Parts: sequence; C-alpha cells; structure tokens
Amino acid sequence: MTASLNGVALILAVPAATAALLALIPDYRVSARLNVASAFVTLLAALSLLFDKPAPGPYLNVDDLNIVFIVLNAFVGFTTSVFSASYIAHELETGRFQPVHLRFYHAMYQALLFSMNLALVANNIGLMWVAIEMATLTTVLMVGLYRTREAIEAAWKYFILGSVGIAFALFGTILVYMAARPVVGEGFDGMVWTVLIQRVSAFDPALLNVAFVFLLLGYGTKVGLAPLHAWLPDAHAEGPTPISAVLSGLLLNVALYAVLRFKLLLAANSGALAPGPLMATMGLGSLLFAGLMLYRRRDIKRMFAYSSIEHMGIIAFAFGMGGPLANFAGLLHMTMHSLTKSAIFFAVGHISQVKGTQQIADIKGLTVTHPLLGWGLVLGVVAIAGMPPLGVFTSEFLVVSSTFARYPLLALPLVAGLLIALGALVLRLQGLAFGEPTPDTAPSQASYAPMFSHLALVLTAGVYLPPPLVSWFQHVAGLLG
Amino acid sequence: MDRFAFDMAHLLAGSLVLLSFMMLYQDRLYALLNVFALQAFALSLSVGWQASIQGAPHLFITAAIALVFKAIIIPVALHRIIARLGIHREVETVVSVGPTMLFGIGLVALSMVVMLRVTTGADPLAREDIAFALSVVLLGLLMMITRRNAVSQVVGFMSLENGLILAAAGAKGMPLVVEISVAFSVLVALIVIGVFLFRIRERFDTVDVVALDRFQGERL
Repeated sequence: MTASLNGVALILAVPAATAALLALIPDYRVSARLNVASAFVTLLAALSLLFDKPAPGPYLNVDDLNIVFIVLNAFVGFTTSVFSASYIAHELETGRFQPVHLRFYHAMYQALLFSMNLALVANNIGLMWVAIEMATLTTVLMVGLYRTREAIEAAWKYFILGSVGIAFALFGTILVYMAARPVVGEGFDGMVWTVLIQRVSAFDPALLNVAFVFLLLGYGTKVGLAPLHAWLPDAHAEGPTPISAVLSGLLLNVALYAVLRFKLLLAANSGALAPGPLMATMGLGSLLFAGLMLYRRRDIKRMFAYSSIEHMGIIAFAFGMGGPLANFAGLLHMTMHSLTKSAIFFAVGHISQVKGTQQIADIKGLTVTHPLLGWGLVLGVVAIAGMPPLGVFTSEFLVVSSTFARYPLLALPLVAGLLIALGALVLRLQGLAFGEPTPDTAPSQASYAPMFSHLALVLTAGVYLPPPLVSWFQHVAGLLG
Repeated sequence: MDRFAFDMAHLLAGSLVLLSFMMLYQDRLYALLNVFALQAFALSLSVGWQASIQGAPHLFITAAIALVFKAIIIPVALHRIIARLGIHREVETVVSVGPTMLFGIGLVALSMVVMLRVTTGADPLAREDIAFALSVVLLGLLMMITRRNAVSQVVGFMSLENGLILAAAGAKGMPLVVEISVAFSVLVALIVIGVFLFRIRERFDTVDVVALDRFQGERL
C-alpha cells in the first residue's frame, strides 16, 4: 500500500521538484541531463503503477483507464527529453536559443509533464480542469520561445483559442456539479469522479446534456478537433520541435482523456443523450478536413500537425462509435499515433536543423545524404499513413472493420478520408526522401535512439501484439462501454 | 427576507450582464477598462452577497480577489501598459456596434432559453444565476471575436472569466479548490498576457491582431 502510494506521488513530485530545480541551474548541459534523468525516474514510477494500483482517494485515482495514458505519457516524455538534449545543443550553436531561454525551457518541460500527469490521475473534475489549464499555459509559453514574429503570433492564437476552450470546459464542469448536487449533496463529493460515476444515473439528464456540449467544445478545442483546430498547426510549426512532439504525442491525448471521462458519465445516465454520435461526427469531420488540407502544405512541421488532427479525428471517431472492438481500436490507435508521430517529429527536428529550413520545397533527397534520418522519416511516414505491416495499419484496420460491421455507410467517408491522407503523405514523402539532394547548412548531430526505439515498437506492434497487452486493452475497452 | 435575498442576487447578477453590454459599445480603451473595473466590482458584490445568503464564508475570499485583483490591480496595470507603450487608444471593431449589440441580445435570449429550460430541477436562485453567467460568458466571447486590438480581446477574456466565477459562486457548496484555482489561473493568465503584450510590442510596434494575422494557414 505505501509503495503504491509512492508511485502516484512520484509521478507528480518528481517533475514538480525537477521543474523548480531546473529553473535554478544555469548550465544547460547539467539541466539537459537532469531533465532526462527526471523523466526516466517518472517513467519507472509510472511503470510501477502497472503492478500496484493505490486505492482511489478524493483527489487522486489510478484506475485501469488512465494507467494506459500515464504509461504512454511517461514513456514519450522520457524519449522526448533525450531527443531534446541533442536538439537544443544545435539551437544554441545557431543562436536561436540563448542559455537563459534554456533554463526556462527545461523548467517548463517538467512543469508540462507534471500538469499532464496531474490531469490524468486527478479524481476531482475541478482539479483535472486546473491541471489542463496549467498544461495549456506552459505550452503557450514554450511555443512563443523563439520570439520570432511567427512564433509570437502562433502563441497568441493558441493562447486565445485555448483559453476560450478552457473557459467552456470550466462552465461544463460547473454544470456537472450542479447536476450532481441534488443527488450527491453539497460540497466536495459533487466533484469527485468515482462518486459521480456511481450516482450519475439519478442526475438530471437535461443538465448533463448541456454540460457535455460545453465540455466537448472546451476540451475538444484542446484535442484539435475540427472546426476548433485553428491553433494547432501554428503552435506545432513555430515552437521548438520537442514541444511539437509532446503536443502531438501527449497533450492531445490528455484532452481526449478528459472528454472520455465525461463520455462515461453520460453513458451511465439512461436519460441523457448519447455522446457517441457527437464525437464520431466531429472525428469524421476532422479526418476529412485534415486529409484534404494535407495537400496544400509547404511547411514540413505544419504538414505533420495536420496529420495529427487527422489521427485525433480517427481516434475520436473510434471512441464515439463505442463498443468493445471500436474502443480497443481507438486505444491502440492512440498509442500507435503517439509513438509514430513523436518519432516523426524527432526526425523532422533534426532534418530542419540540418537543412536550415522547414520548407518542404527546400528539403530533398534525404535518403541519399542522411540515410539514417531519411529512412527513419520514410519509415515514420509510411507508418503514419497506415501502411502494413506497421502498428498504425493494425489499428486503422480495426477501426474500419468495426465500422463496416456496424454502420457500413459511415465506413465510406472513413475510408475515403484515410485514402486522401495516404495520398498526400506519399506525394510529399517522395520529394522529401528521394530525388536530387539539397545542400546542408549544418552538420548532422542527431540522436537516433529515441526515434528508432519508437519506430521499433510500432513495427513490433504491427507484426505481433503481445497477449498481455491485448487482454489489457480489451479490458479497458470494455470499461469504456 | 428570503424574497429580498433572491431579488438582490438577481439584481447584482443582472447588472453584470448589463455591464457586459456596456463594454460592447465602448470605443476608447480607457473607457473600456473603466467599465471592466465596474463589472469586476459588481462581480465582487454579487459573490459577496452569495457568500452571505449561502452562509459560505470562503466565497468572501473569492469576492475579495475579484475586488482587489480584477477591479483595481488589473485595470490600473493595463492603463499603465497602454500609456507606456503608446498603444492606439481607440477600440477597433471588426463588426460595427449596432449589429454587435443585436447579436449580443440574441445571445442573452439564447442563454436564458437554454439554461432556464434545462435547470428546472435546480433551486431558483442557482437557475437565475447560471443563466446570467452564461450570458456574460457568451458576451465576453462575442467581444473577443469582434475586437481587433489585443488589449480589448484580453478585456473580453477577463469579462468571460467574470461570468465563470459568477456561475461557480451560484452553484451552492461548490468546493473552494476550484474558485481559488480559477482566481489563480487568471493571475497566471494575466502574467502570460503581460509578457505577450511586451513581446508583441517589442517585435511589431503594434498590438493590432490584424498585423498578427498575416499567415492564415501558410507562410509565404
């Protein structure tokens, strides 16, 4: 019992303490190492939760649903910190970062990990809201870090849209409390999720419906679902690349997790509207929209940002469909997308450093000049486009087949969206990876380990899913209803 | 007494909506800040009233935060920022005042219809409060959309937050954690905004958001 309590305490205390410490350390080499070490300890603590879950408390709770997100979060957080260490060294040389920025950057990175972990383990819907707001603020600050005109513009846009989303989410949270009050009683219990889910069947359905609409709009903005996605491409393209990787790989998932929690509440109340169709519609809309937008992209990071919108759309669609198979597919797809997309951003980060540009037109023939980076990117893009035998194919196949089995008509736009996105990615990849190489502006000093470890996992998952993982995800999918 | 308490709460919450409308037609930044300060003052009165009729002393803290921080410190700070940076002092609108006001009236009607209909089970005080709160939230959003200057967008956002605090105060017995954290988040958000304004000033020589909006989608 005490050991397990330590697990939860550690995934919160380690990042928080490190953030404070990193703000004080002037030498960036030390702080980069400390950043990696702390992320590693957090990962170990998160893994320990797998074996020993603490009992739910009024503030914090680890259950079978959020443990998936916590472990994924800790893993990608760790690999990104390794990538970040080699990324920032180059940024310092080229003068895009000053050492004083790095101090701030590292502190914010740990603060972000802390707030995401807090959002995931929070058992209180108010606390969860606070944590997601904190995560938003830290990422806004990091997106604006380069202080170029475009970076400030992107950060401002993200800040304004993110705040409106967050405000809507708070309003929805208040409405949930109002719905709970007549049943649960006044005070603290009215916001504790484990209490709410037990008593939700007696809540006023009309109030819950309105609350869910606000929550879906609010947290949906943070997930990047169309038409609320406008902040996402700018924020991904203009911030430091490690932040793009964490945004795509983790923060979007955390926001989606919040939506899922409330979806569970609505599903347990028989009088409330079915939350699934709303999510499925927004998901499908995002998939089609982002798929079409992929064709006109000229900036490499912006292109993969749109690809993230597309995949969040697929995941939201799968969870919206519901049922054991679609939920399983959604969970798997979320995991695969996080791993693949952050690997792609690792590759893209080094590529844009080597070439000195993010313009797709100026990056050509990577496989010739930089075989490891080039082929890593090829593998990543092939994976994210959903080609066999990689893991994303498995999960997309499951989404499509479960849709075919239940709503064949919906499968048509789904498949169309997937094919549209595939076409765009293949088209762009050809120019990036092959052809006459463009000159480099800087020598390559990439760290390949994070990227290839992710890709290896994705490849393994595509070929062979270990039975314990399958039964674990099946169990969680069953919980999601 | 009960009747009086209800009417008073109603009056105070209603005055917030009225002040939101007043913000919509201000054409000078300083005047806008003054109206915002007045709204924050009305919010603190409203929350304070809720605290006394609900017998919830912790709400007085929220009221005090609204009074000191939002009604005094922030307006003064923004006044100074405007003066020091020499920001253009007129509010530039995307849509002219008339249509904006009409649209605002529509939004208030919408929030009344929606909230009063879905909250039939809740107690009347909370019902009225939450309906007014949603109106303030939507009017704040409208202001953010129809204004070009960064400062007036920030004011719109803060007035939106006023609506949220009104809602939180009206929901009887809502845990204190949330209210304090809301106030705290506003503080943090404000620091961010301050930093941003300075950076924007530093780089753009304007805080007009149109100047920021040069790459809608793609950089050339």
